[in-house]
Amino acid sequence: MSTYVDPYASSRETTEGTVFSVTGGDWDSLVTEIGQAKEERVVVNMGPQHPSTHGVLRLVLELEGETVTEVRCGIGYLHTGIEKNTEYRSWTQGVTFVTRMDYLSPIFNETAYCLGVEKLLGIEAPERANQIRVMMMEFNRISSHMVALGTGALELGALSPMIFCFRERERVLDIFELVSGLRMNMAYVRPGGVAQDLPKGAIAKIRETVAELRKNFKDNEKLLVGNSIWMKRTEGIGYLDLAGATTLGITGPVLRSTGLPWDLRKMAPYCGYEQYDFDVVTADSCDVYGRFLIRIAELEQSLRIIEQACDKLEKSEGQPVMVADKKIAWPSQLAVGNDGMGNSLDHIREIMGESMEALIHHFKLVTEGFQVPAGQVYVAVESPRGELGVHLVSDGGTRPYRVHFREPSFNNLQSTSAMCEGSMVADIIGAVASIDPVMGGVDR
Amino acid sequence: MSDDQRGSFGIHGTGDTSGYGGLVRNQVSPGSTERPFGGYFDQVADDLERAYPDFADAIERIVVDRGELTLHIKRERLVEVALILRDRLKFENCLGVSGVHYPADTNRELHAVYPLLSMTNNQRIRLEVSVADSDPHIPSLVEVWAGNNWNERETFDMFGIIFDGHPGLTRILMPDDWQGHPQRKDYALGGIPVEYKGATVPPPSERRSYK
Repeated sequence: MSTYVDPYASSRETTEGTVFSVTGGDWDSLVTEIGQAKEERVVVNMGPQHPSTHGVLRLVLELEGETVTEVRCGIGYLHTGIEKNTEYRSWTQGVTFVTRMDYLSPIFNETAYCLGVEKLLGIEAPERANQIRVMMMEFNRISSHMVALGTGALELGALSPMIFCFRERERVLDIFELVSGLRMNMAYVRPGGVAQDLPKGAIAKIRETVAELRKNFKDNEKLLVGNSIWMKRTEGIGYLDLAGATTLGITGPVLRSTGLPWDLRKMAPYCGYEQYDFDVVTADSCDVYGRFLIRIAELEQSLRIIEQACDKLEKSEGQPVMVADKKIAWPSQLAVGNDGMGNSLDHIREIMGESMEALIHHFKLVTEGFQVPAGQVYVAVESPRGELGVHLVSDGGTRPYRVHFREPSFNNLQSTSAMCEGSMVADIIGAVASIDPVMGGVDR
Repeated sequence: MSDDQRGSFGIHGTGDTSGYGGLVRNQVSPGSTERPFGGYFDQVADDLERAYPDFADAIERIVVDRGELTLHIKRERLVEVALILRDRLKFENCLGVSGVHYPADTNRELHAVYPLLSMTNNQRIRLEVSVADSDPHIPSLVEVWAGNNWNERETFDMFGIIFDGHPGLTRILMPDDWQGHPQRKDYALGGIPVEYKGATVPPPSERRSYK
């Protein structure tokens, strides 16, 4: 360590090495310090509670006038220990935890986790389950992009897009509620398939929603695409080129805004994505406007995939949505009742009134779970924010030995410094919004 | 990898006698793999061997399991191998580092797992480095893949693995003055008993569990 003393991160020596403490300061001492300094340098804390930081993100900015010379991120305010908690639950219960990490893309968290468990088990979900997963993931991509676009625009001062985006998001959440019984944190995707089949009339409702969304997205686009005020705030802002993006491990729309068509749905298809016809959208401007255009265009691609999934789902009507192995599959298909998702009445009638063995089996599987052969896997899916990877380790037991998520928000947020240093304070807002970090995912 | 497991239930000393405790199950994790590895893994191994003469010395063992290649590397050689993988074999992306704590793996308790991605060749491999709990030092890969900065801080925070040469190895998710490293196996989950309709539900780590 050099002898340089950082006024904002004091260090002390411990047995484990040098430990830094990033702290705030007293205003009086700050003023005194500024008075002594030759250059005009101010350190400003933005957040942890700030309307423009996408959750509880703390940005420590070092300013010279209006110019940002240094940015550091402080994270961890939403750390909930989900990875640790899953080690004390069965493999199936893990779904309920991981769905709460990145709360804007629960289906992606669930699918990545379940693909990992399935890879450890050496099983594959049935075709219809994959079709439902694809449809739900693409709807989720739309709802997540809606928040990214809406709040991004709001933070730069445009109010109407936010209202329109949240209105469309509501339609998507209605579909989630129709299919899974819940609007978010559904725990709908399970190891081996999905919790339940689509309810009657779902496809018709989905097709109706797709048509509405397509029409309304056009109105939304007109508000911002080519809007001169919007372009002045976003063009050339938050610049990060391909070399920078790969060095920092950036994925998702931020990477695609550098012109590289890297999308795991094409490069390493999972859940049968190779059967769907869609385009990977790129931009070559490496800036906030490019990322905005990518998200807008990805909405249409998601709608295309959903339509194709609907065609497939109509053909696969009546096929299983869970693996046939009764030692893994939940004993019954769940059903959406008046009070949310639960066991179907038919199943309760069978286990309580007709078959003692079915009751024992149900009890064993629900309380004990299933054993997963020892080993480790890494599985990745393309979430709305980039590569969502899951590293699962099993010791052969009924509980995960280690669950680690490679969160795209966490990795992408690292690029804040690269994007913002040298820019104006106001441009940080746009740059952070274009990364689209979700702090629940960053901190887990 | 882990201890032989005895009995069907996970909690000891609770007086719970409802499960049969005499059952001993031997857990075997996947061992080393011999060539051919299958797929592009042979190609990757060949290329690495050609580009890195000390291959045999640096790689402790190679495991191919469930279609994934893991190279177990000696920690002294990690940076050298990483540079070769990045520059010669085009693994331009490191997708972070995931720590795993195996208390039963004597003198190799702490493992750091690095998933690598080559966007050029669309290939994935994994590096694994094991160190002893008493000497938890691993060279930092931030100089090789700058994006590993926060990931190494997280692994330090959660497991106490010290990444030598990291530009600022501080806690990232836990508060700066936190004691201990929460995701190690010897760190208790915590929690308090909850009373519900007259019955008391113990915290998750003390409930009866199944192996």
